[in-house]
Amino acid sequence: MTAPPYGPALDLVTRVRGVRGAMLVSGDDGIVVAEQLMEGIKGSAVAALASSLAARLRRAMEAAGVGASLFWHLQCDQGGLLVVPAPSGVLIVAVAEPDVNVGLVRLELLRAAEAVG
Amino acid sequence: MADEIKTLSSQLAQDPDSLVFLRLGELLRLKGQFDAAHRVALTGLERHPHLADAHDLYARILADKRDYERAFDEWDMTLRIAPNHVGALKGLAFLYFKVGDVGQAVAHLEAARLHAPDDPGVAQALALAQGGGSGPARAAAAAAEELAPPAAAAAPLEESRVFAGLEGAQEGLLLLDAKGQVLGGALKEPHGRDVTEAVAAYLAGVSHEAGRTAKLLGLGRWTGVAAEGQHGHVHLTPPAGDALLLVVRDRAVPMGRLAIIAQRAAGAARRWLEQQA
Repeated sequence: MTAPPYGPALDLVTRVRGVRGAMLVSGDDGIVVAEQLMEGIKGSAVAALASSLAARLRRAMEAAGVGASLFWHLQCDQGGLLVVPAPSGVLIVAVAEPDVNVGLVRLELLRAAEAVG
Repeated sequence: MADEIKTLSSQLAQDPDSLVFLRLGELLRLKGQFDAAHRVALTGLERHPHLADAHDLYARILADKRDYERAFDEWDMTLRIAPNHVGALKGLAFLYFKVGDVGQAVAHLEAARLHAPDDPGVAQALALAQGGGSGPARAAAAAAEELAPPAAAAAPLEESRVFAGLEGAQEGLLLLDAKGQVLGGALKEPHGRDVTEAVAAYLAGVSHEAGRTAKLLGLGRWTGVAAEGQHGHVHLTPPAGDALLLVVRDRAVPMGRLAIIAQRAAGAARRWLEQQA
């Protein structure tokens, strides 16, 4: 479990039904800043991959002229990874089950990003 | 051409949702079989009512049949769906020339030139309309001749185009391989600059990483990445193997609709990749 001040921000996300865990990840180097994950999820590996994917997406989206990424969702057969970059560059990451309310997770991720700054 | 018509007819019979109706309708039109082309286009439109190229095809057939009023409506509809559709801009220019409204015709041609600067038909029609050496009326008539739909078939749907017939095929759809090499489609940023190669390069490896992430989390197969940007939305899909399909639209297109567009484009990409194999 994570010590304050990041706990409340992650709580916003993990309290949504169908969310298996949430993390704050340094966007620059993919290191876990804070996490609340269910057992069995390899936080550091997921963080590294999420950060790498985020960087590729950011560069591609900027090149395509659609501006910086505000939210992205990796959709999979059995769930998904939902990510919002905070203004500081920290990524707020949620691991979700397939039937999760994506709209609600997105809102809570945005609120968490605001709280993290 | 007859063989091709036969093949396409059989493909369409096997898969009525297929976009081959666009090519088939165009071939029938070029062959002068307007009634058959009309039927094919109308059936296609019923199945793909939001497909800009389907409305464009139908408009050209109507123009061939000299039903200019309905052709105008169809080209107008095409532009509502795809505001930069060059075929529709040329078609409307042709109709405006027909009724003698040279100003509107030239405005549409200029818009077409903006999005298809290398289109010789547009350049020539503009030169004729603006030249007016033999009088504006004759110049307009010559320009209309230049743009007349049978000549407009100068832009037939090529089978080699992955996304032939899909909205945004030349500006918002991109198919690439795992190494970031472009397989088809094109991408333009909002100011019209071609950014195909740059975006493709940045997306190299995304398919692999998305797959690894999904595996690591025990989430099964990855099916897409939907991303929201400040000025637009993007959707990435793996249509087959390591290939990656990117769809980009402005923020006015909701994410859910973008997913549907991506699904349709992925189907086209899959068929095309299978043909190449």
